[in-house]
Amino acid sequence: MTSGLWELVLQGVWVTIQLLVFSSLLAAGVSFVVGIARTHHLWIVRFLAGVYTEVFRGTSALVMIFWVFFVLPPAFGWQLVPMWAGTLALGLTYGAYGSEIVRGALGAVDPSQKEGGIALSFTPWQRMRLIMLPQAVPEMIPPFSNLLIELLKGTALVSIMGMGDLAFSGNLVRLALQESAEIYTYILLIYFVIAFLLTRVMRGLEKKLKAGVGKTPPKRKAAAPEPAGIGGVR
Amino acid sequence: MKWDWNAVSDFMPHFWDGLLVTLQILVLGSLVSFALGLVWALLMRVPSRFVTWPVGVVTEFVRNTPLLVQLFFLFYVLPEWNITFSALTTGVVAIGLHYSTYTMQVYRAGIEGVPVGQWEAATALNLPLKRTWTAVILPQAIRRVVPALGNYVISMLKDTPLLMAITVLEMLGEARLFSQQNFQFTEPLTVIGVAFIVISYLASLALRALERRLAH
Repeated sequence: MTSGLWELVLQGVWVTIQLLVFSSLLAAGVSFVVGIARTHHLWIVRFLAGVYTEVFRGTSALVMIFWVFFVLPPAFGWQLVPMWAGTLALGLTYGAYGSEIVRGALGAVDPSQKEGGIALSFTPWQRMRLIMLPQAVPEMIPPFSNLLIELLKGTALVSIMGMGDLAFSGNLVRLALQESAEIYTYILLIYFVIAFLLTRVMRGLEKKLKAGVGKTPPKRKAAAPEPAGIGGVR
Repeated sequence: MKWDWNAVSDFMPHFWDGLLVTLQILVLGSLVSFALGLVWALLMRVPSRFVTWPVGVVTEFVRNTPLLVQLFFLFYVLPEWNITFSALTTGVVAIGLHYSTYTMQVYRAGIEGVPVGQWEAATALNLPLKRTWTAVILPQAIRRVVPALGNYVISMLKDTPLLMAITVLEMLGEARLFSQQNFQFTEPLTVIGVAFIVISYLASLALRALERRLAH
């Protein structure tokens, strides 16, 4: 491979990382808003949040991407830049998965903690911010870490729409060299390295957050993430 | 926003063709992933790190890299090695392999969940290793992991559109073809989006019912 082609791959890495950062931020925002809405005391708020989760979790991320690229522009007169269209589709889809994680972790906080907050006459928002979330967030990190890897794998889908991410640069190099084994091996290795770094960062984050509430992270068995990938949270 | 019911009715015959292919991929891919996942899970229990280490590395690698790139790899690289399959077969193999790295974790949890007394009883009865696995451990382990396996079938359903990228005409492939021929994107894409939501919702209801039945 020549250096020009490597430059292409590096540009692809950069686009993938940008997309990963933007869509994970959107997904995190959606997860917390929808996940907290599902514990709201008004039934209509819980119901709407539930519908959102079912709809976005029920459809395929790739179908969602197609929809945002091809249906939104004529239907609503929006023409999004590919980066934002990809961010929107991935963030909304993976946010729906994330909202289940947030809801589960909030539900797992000892109910006496909430009762204590009520007894001390905290407002609902204070209760959420000062009592529930600090205890629930560290528990969310391992499943969020798995979801982040799923999101990284999901970013490859935008290459079908012609966005120049890592997978797309692999296709370009294949066309240039008329040879596929080498380049796809490199592309897979690069994705693997990014995923590996992400798990390390998330593990460090978990340790730090758990220390903040006076807990130590459980001893892990060697390289065994929860079997709760993308479908295991149902 | 313009909605054209004629486009929907024109698209429907293609939709049924696509649905059939999607379900084919789903059924075959699930079978591959259930079988391969069990093989990985059993290999991981071989008491030799010369077996567990390579299997662990390979499955970890497959699990943490995008299915789309794996599809491209199999679709473009295998012919270079003079192995040619149809696009559908390649897709089924790729999706089955990818999901087998998830189902292996499910089987592992199921096998570890079998009470240790069962192992001890099998040893006390002097059962050979093969009988211990086939008659004692696996029937109990697999029974308790059926719901978890079902979840992966549902998420596999949502990954079947990726096969469009290697020219398989499943639901999304049919929708794209139809839209490009008729310049009507809204209707076919919305129809299949709704179809995915409906199918996966029904599947999750069925799974919940199955889970209740197995619990007793």
